[in-house]
Amino acid sequence: MPILRYAIYRFATMLLTLLVVSVMVFVIINLPPGDYLSNQIAELRASGQEAGVAKAEFLRTEYALDRPLWQQYMIWVGFMPGPNGFAGLVQGNFGWSFEFDRPVSEIVGESLWLTVLVNLAAVLFVYMVALPLGVLAAAKSKTWIDYTSAFVGYLGLATPNFLLALILFYYGHKYFDLPIGGLMDPAFEGQPMGWDKARSILIHLIVPTFVIGTSGASAMMQRLRANMLDELGKPYVETAIAKGMSPSRMLTKYPLRVAFNPFVADIGNLLPAMVSGSVLVSVVLGLQTIGPTLLTALKTQDQFLSAFVLMFVALLTLMGTMISDVLLVLLDPRIRYEGRDA
Amino acid sequence: MTQLPDGRYVDDAPYDPQASIQQLERRDLDAPNWLLIWRKFRQHKLGLFSGIFLLICYLMLPFAGFIAPYTPNERLSEHLYAPPQSVNFFHEGAFQGPFVYPIVAEADLETFQWKFVPDESRPMPLEFFCPGGSYRLAGLIKSDRHLFCAPEGATLFLWGSDRLGRDVFSRILYGAQLSLTVGLIGISVSFLLGISFGSVAGYFGGRIDWVINRVIEILRSLPELPLWLALSAAVPSNWGPVSVFFIISVILGILDWPGLARSVRAKFLSLREEEYVRAAEMMGASSGRVIRKHLLPNFMSHLIASATLSIPAMILGETALSFLGLGLRAPAVSWGVMLNDAQNLASIEIYPWTAIPMLPIIVIVLAFNFLGDGLRDSLDPYES
Repeated sequence: MPILRYAIYRFATMLLTLLVVSVMVFVIINLPPGDYLSNQIAELRASGQEAGVAKAEFLRTEYALDRPLWQQYMIWVGFMPGPNGFAGLVQGNFGWSFEFDRPVSEIVGESLWLTVLVNLAAVLFVYMVALPLGVLAAAKSKTWIDYTSAFVGYLGLATPNFLLALILFYYGHKYFDLPIGGLMDPAFEGQPMGWDKARSILIHLIVPTFVIGTSGASAMMQRLRANMLDELGKPYVETAIAKGMSPSRMLTKYPLRVAFNPFVADIGNLLPAMVSGSVLVSVVLGLQTIGPTLLTALKTQDQFLSAFVLMFVALLTLMGTMISDVLLVLLDPRIRYEGRDA
Repeated sequence: MTQLPDGRYVDDAPYDPQASIQQLERRDLDAPNWLLIWRKFRQHKLGLFSGIFLLICYLMLPFAGFIAPYTPNERLSEHLYAPPQSVNFFHEGAFQGPFVYPIVAEADLETFQWKFVPDESRPMPLEFFCPGGSYRLAGLIKSDRHLFCAPEGATLFLWGSDRLGRDVFSRILYGAQLSLTVGLIGISVSFLLGISFGSVAGYFGGRIDWVINRVIEILRSLPELPLWLALSAAVPSNWGPVSVFFIISVILGILDWPGLARSVRAKFLSLREEEYVRAAEMMGASSGRVIRKHLLPNFMSHLIASATLSIPAMILGETALSFLGLGLRAPAVSWGVMLNDAQNLASIEIYPWTAIPMLPIIVIVLAFNFLGDGLRDSLDPYES
């Protein structure tokens, strides 16, 4: 089973990449001088609250913040026993959030799934919009359909995500009575998943999906159009037309299948940008994804929390890219199994 | 030859603007490359127009203080959230020259907001080359002359005023200074890194190539914004606006180079096998010289085109960072900082003009995209 071997190979490279990413994330998080606790200790000392200092000092040793940086890293990932034995990311222990005074896993909890959901919806949106529009624009090239879609596409690329979010929210609420802010009705928060809750989430998803997906969809649409135009100029298309094939059948049967490959491969380039966008849009729209959590964590230097969120976001993109790579091989047997070479 | 109804004679042969360029034996066959590129680029109307527009924008930057009627942090506390005022020319049907109606603040006792009503009985002509708040022309020459400013006793808010009573129009002009240069500095950093890593990887190959390639792959597969956020959160909060500005531009550039490095590497891999490279090496040229003098000039134009296309991403990046409060901070003025005020729906609903800075962002980003497309299309002058 070469496909299985390839999948395993891709999985292994993903794990290695993740390892490198974890080092990078850890270094970036530790760039600012001091850490949450040492800042807190300094603050407590300055205001003369010696009682709190003891607790903060205790937490510092408890979470190994008093050790050298490389040891902190090893303990965080779980390659080295910390004060409480092996308890790192690998063992499923995500650390402690000092700002919220709760375990990280408890804080992020549900928002992890909502993050995946939002991004998945955006990817689906991109495909559903870009595929028909790209083909249509290519088939009717140099007509008003083509020009309109190109214009809308350019506008979609140029408008900052977060502004689009604000504007759409405003008008969506005014004219279509779409709900403002959040990913579900406040009544459902913390409730177990049920039919009503799912419906509420779906309605709340409309605007964010649109906002996150727009720039990706317009980029993909333009690329699909260019690919299709390349194919449409080839002799086999002429033959098909000469045979008297109906235009729509001809389009979907031959050129589309050829132009489809880059379309799937593109998701690897698209996904990082979309996850980026979803973080930003979540902050603006107050979605209960990990975007806002990341922002507060970064601002308060809550290192375990922000490091975990960054790792999760990276994992999400890497997983998506991996899946698209494996799909691509399934779709096109001509692609070699020895990794992608540009 | 056909005679049109208005008496002109028109040649029947179809006109092809490309024909003269495609001629095999044309006179300008030995014209320098840039001239050929320019000729082709000139036909790309949208790109040309965008290029001129951007040029004007950048040339305007040093004179922002002169053009703006107010200085960026000048507060008119009587006019918080004043709506945009129009400049009129005709008062009661008679030509008056450019003038404004002074606005008067009235308290609305139903909504508890200030309402600004123009007093349409008193036209007040604008003043030109008038003294106002002092600024530094191009950051050097101290001056207090403004191109135009409000008449005594009136205000001039072309695009309204914000929550502290500062003129949005003037702030957009000042904001352009930072928002537009962020992209240039960022792209220089990314260019430097991308070309060095890409050329080293492509030219030497082997283990270095492998390492650099993996780094590129890893960086390209990560979402940029969270990393930008994390890096900007690491900027100490006690730094001055200028150093924050520089470090933010560098941060934007640091994560952008992999794309560039990849295309440089791919080019190098194919160009390395060319005979002129072999010849240069035989004659004892060092690797650095071969890279700089023989290989890079070959596709510098391609690099410039792709750089033009990635500047918008940086401008949008700066806007996003400042918008979230992790980028530039007040008192620095940039479009992102200004949009920070328009963060909630309420302010957009009641004071839509606080969101005006999004217009220049969209226009500039579109212009860069069109310019880049035009450049890319005209890079190969010999191709039809």
